[in-house]
Amino acid sequence: MTFEDTTTDHRTVMIPPPEADRVIDVHNLDFFYGKSQALFGVDLPVARNKVTALIGPSGCGKSTLLRTLNRIYDLYPGQSATGEIMFDGENVLDQAKNSEQLRARIGMVFQRPTPFPMSIYDNIAFGVRLHRSVSKADMDVIVERSLTRAALWDEVKDKLSLSGLGLSGGQQQRLCVARGIAINPDVLLLDEPASALDPLSTAKLESTLIELKSSLTIVIVTHNLQQAARISDYTGFMLLGKMIEFRPSSDAFVSPETQQMQDYITGRFG
Amino acid sequence: MAVAAPSPPPQGQAAASAGNDTLRVTDAQGDPRQPGGDHIFRWLSLTAVLVMMATLLGLVLSLVSGGWMALSHFGISFFTTSTWDPVADQYGAAAPIVGTLITSFLALLLALPVAIGVAVFLVEICPQMIARWLAIAVELLAGIPSIVYGMWGLFVLAPWFAAHVQLPLMMAVTPGSWLETLISGVPNGANIFTASLILAVMILPYIAAILRELLMSVPSHMREAAYGLGCTQREVVMRIMLPYVRKSAIGAVMLGLGRALGETMAVTFIIGNSHNFPGSLFDSGSTISSTIANEFTEATGDMHISALIALGLVLFLITFATIATARLLLGRGGPK
Repeated sequence: MTFEDTTTDHRTVMIPPPEADRVIDVHNLDFFYGKSQALFGVDLPVARNKVTALIGPSGCGKSTLLRTLNRIYDLYPGQSATGEIMFDGENVLDQAKNSEQLRARIGMVFQRPTPFPMSIYDNIAFGVRLHRSVSKADMDVIVERSLTRAALWDEVKDKLSLSGLGLSGGQQQRLCVARGIAINPDVLLLDEPASALDPLSTAKLESTLIELKSSLTIVIVTHNLQQAARISDYTGFMLLGKMIEFRPSSDAFVSPETQQMQDYITGRFG
Repeated sequence: MAVAAPSPPPQGQAAASAGNDTLRVTDAQGDPRQPGGDHIFRWLSLTAVLVMMATLLGLVLSLVSGGWMALSHFGISFFTTSTWDPVADQYGAAAPIVGTLITSFLALLLALPVAIGVAVFLVEICPQMIARWLAIAVELLAGIPSIVYGMWGLFVLAPWFAAHVQLPLMMAVTPGSWLETLISGVPNGANIFTASLILAVMILPYIAAILRELLMSVPSHMREAAYGLGCTQREVVMRIMLPYVRKSAIGAVMLGLGRALGETMAVTFIIGNSHNFPGSLFDSGSTISSTIANEFTEATGDMHISALIALGLVLFLITFATIATARLLLGRGGPK
């Protein structure tokens, strides 16, 4: 169902975290797929060691916004972004910046599980080896720790040498989370990570994310409002390429200020 | 008059009911299709299959029966000796069989790295607009008739190779060294190596085209995941994409090999056509198909003809095994 903006409420409500707590700060971001504009002056403050959820109907630009943060859109000629994404004192959109290093610090987990065609062990070790040389003993520790943090260790510890493609969908997705955190990123981006998972796997993934919060920052795009309410500290509601309302999740779902967000979370559209 | 004239309302009704009748699809009498049409359709397609299978079977049978005389007479020595003497009616096919295998594998060895490079460039590196044109160019390369390759090989490549590669190399190497043994031969450019080179150019577009399609089939989320982990382009291609298509890629290579094994014209032009067992890389030699092409019109003795047919059977079996393996590997598709 598409949303037609018939309300007269055109306010943007921002209740951001304090500036000192922000690890990523997006200002006035425009994004273009070729000539068609997908994001319009979006702001997104991301608080350190918190979970920030992006919600909104399909096509609102929340995945697009996520994909600008680690510049993964760079892979596709014709896609471009202008504005400011401040991370570690530098603008991510500055094309001179090394995108490999950026992506090592801002990891990403995708909608569909993407285990590489190699063993479970190597799926973790692969990413680590890209960025530094590690002894076998140290690698064993990293693999175990990453899998443990992703709540997968107990299920796979006896079959580390088997292919990652043999795991169930939920296990594969947690393997991807483990792979992402093994290289110690500051931020982990998740693009609807649970949309292909059954409820039990989703619950496991969610508790994993809450655990991870102590050591890294999470930005998650989700269609599942309950999920956003359960695990996030801040929620950004987007519509038609704009950030409509951004505020702490504790009150975002109880007392949204804008008419559009109220309509969305009460199921009137989207 | 008044009675005979039909009143309008019944006429309308009749027309309406007639319309209903033609619309009723269950009415068999109104159906213009032949009854049992599917029956004929199935038999026709089955017949086509039977014709094809009969041809294949007939071909194999005639190869076996035609070659039987030579195979039963010479036995295992047909494969292990390399005396090919129509005058004395002595036939040992080791030289052309080995020549076939060597030129094909050498061609593969030369073509594969280039094919991988072309495929990777087309899929990952160059802009899509240009890639489309380049892909057409690759297909053009595949469309050049083999006799053209043969002529080019004989008139252009062979003399150039002899003058600029073979001779300088022969001057440069130490006499008596293993290197000298490897490159010894008449410096005329018609040898095992140049034949392999021509073959490599011929199979290159096939392998490159299939590899390109395989690489394009790698799911975009797999690429994104690799880039998302901080991989460079080289790492994504070498460590994720190529391993992802590995099994199918071997199939592509085998298909190229199958083509190289059977290639006749170009090789016949440039391989030198000697029945001696090739002693070096730059020695002249022969392949199964070049031997058959050279001798069939002159073969008068029954044993000679039978030996050539037996050669054909051997080539058929080698090629069949290669292509069957290729199909098996390609059919599996996907990762692992």
